[in-house]
Amino acid sequence: MSRSLTAPDSPTSVRARQRVRELFIEWALRACAFSAVAGLVLIVVFVFKEAWPILSDPEIQKEASLAGFFATPLWQPVGEVPKYGLVPLLTGTVKVVLIAMLFAVPLSVLAAVYSSEFAPPRVREVLKPAIEMLAGIPSVVMGFFALMVLASWLQSVTHSPMRLNALTAGIALGLGIIPTIFTVAEDALRAVPKSFREASLGLGASAWQTAWHVSLPAASAGVGAGVLLGLGRAVGETMIVLMASGNAAITSADPFDSVRTLSASIAAELAEVVVGSAHYSTLFFLGALLFTVTFLINVAAGAFVERLRKRLAGA
Amino acid sequence: MKRNAIILTLCAATLAAAPVLAGKAITVKGSDTMVILGQRWAEKFMNANSGQVIMVTGGGSGTGIAALINGTTDICQSSRSMKEDEKLKLRDRYQTMGIEIPVAKDGLAVYVHTSNPVKELTVAQLGEIYLGNITNWKQIGGPDATIILYGRENSSGTYGFFKEHVLKNKDFSARVQTLPGTAAVVNAVAKDPNGIGYGGAAYAKGVRDLGMKKAADSPAVLPVAATVKDGSYPLSRPLFFYLRKSPSGDTKKFVDWVLSAEGQKLAVEVGYFPLN
Repeated sequence: MSRSLTAPDSPTSVRARQRVRELFIEWALRACAFSAVAGLVLIVVFVFKEAWPILSDPEIQKEASLAGFFATPLWQPVGEVPKYGLVPLLTGTVKVVLIAMLFAVPLSVLAAVYSSEFAPPRVREVLKPAIEMLAGIPSVVMGFFALMVLASWLQSVTHSPMRLNALTAGIALGLGIIPTIFTVAEDALRAVPKSFREASLGLGASAWQTAWHVSLPAASAGVGAGVLLGLGRAVGETMIVLMASGNAAITSADPFDSVRTLSASIAAELAEVVVGSAHYSTLFFLGALLFTVTFLINVAAGAFVERLRKRLAGA
Repeated sequence: MKRNAIILTLCAATLAAAPVLAGKAITVKGSDTMVILGQRWAEKFMNANSGQVIMVTGGGSGTGIAALINGTTDICQSSRSMKEDEKLKLRDRYQTMGIEIPVAKDGLAVYVHTSNPVKELTVAQLGEIYLGNITNWKQIGGPDATIILYGRENSSGTYGFFKEHVLKNKDFSARVQTLPGTAAVVNAVAKDPNGIGYGGAAYAKGVRDLGMKKAADSPAVLPVAATVKDGSYPLSRPLFFYLRKSPSGDTKKFVDWVLSAEGQKLAVEVGYFPLN
């Protein structure tokens, strides 16, 4: 009464077909996962390949070279003698990011502390989605708001001669990264075990003392990760700075001066360049630089979080 | 089965239609100064010639010339002339130095806020301001305030024209704030009592044009139709179409129409000036 192995309805052949189908589905899912990674790798390879002539091609190096980037204080890539000075772009990026972080980090971390430690549940239910809705505002709309409203208001308060400056762009950028830092910090603070809080309160500490000396240090890994995530976003943000910073390549420490960031330079100029020219390679070099910086920030964030986690688990 | 067959047929039909549609389209890319003019020309021409598709985009004269060299546009609109190295790159790729066709005239207006008492400047003074050598309005007869400089991105033909003819190819001051498009410059100057900006004459609304003097003892000339046409306004410039080869077929019909009386009349309506 044994049936043949090749009979279509035998249990063995049904199982064999199922196995083949399972294998096929597994390979399809694997392909999906790897195509995402492949896409990322291809983009990185493309950017670095287009930036490579700056370091390798003597023809390009006559016009734009690594030494030349720091030899001139001017960024004027279009003209009789093109000048590719990176110093104003680097100081501009640092200035805007610094202002954005100084504005956003205290606001979002303290908002996260309020939301997780002090706010009654009803308030938290409104506060958290409201702040996260800020993330839903497209950065171009944020930039337009900064250009039209924020810049005029700031000028009436600070009486700075330049309306579009590092302060305007920095604050607008800060508004943009608040939801990023808030979400991660708030989740980290909520993940602190209730027993920590209860033990501290039981020993007689006040709510604020508990929040500042117990919960926040316990959640510091997550809060740190959130801050670094915000930093990465601030460095790469383009639209807000393009519209609100004035784009003047000035090197100065004055927050009321207009600035030109790396990302805004790429966005404003890449459409015009002739493929393969020194200007083209320089802009891709800026892109590779931005990618490297953001990558290093993310690696540092990962290492930082790991170290804190180990310390807390060990202690 | 039947539904799949219908879907497949529709896809095949769309794919087959695409080259037909693409073949008849003329792409026009380039100058932001000329983009509205280009769009109005295209609209009127398409109304008169059904079936013809003309796609007009801006991005700056530099973008348009780069597109011409990269082969991604048929006609390039430019508010400045092509540079030697751009012509050489075009020759390397397409064995031609490009065909230059002047299509209209424009006056490069210089604007200040309506509350600014300064009413006229010499071209040399304008150059000194944008080079960063004159930094305070009181040096040219205005109030004691820092001059805030607004300009265009370096992909703009207006930028290129200004650099060549006003700055005599010297570098802009690092303090010039760059804005995307003439309308943005007008907007910025309208909000800034100490600002100065430059751009195409067609866009100057809400600010005041400065009279320009060729030299200290010349009369101040405002950019209006008569002065731009006869060249008495010092900063008048031709607007160009650039093509890779001599226009033929649909492109020739369009270019001829633009140069005709009808096309030139439309240029005047938009706020520019005809060739003659």
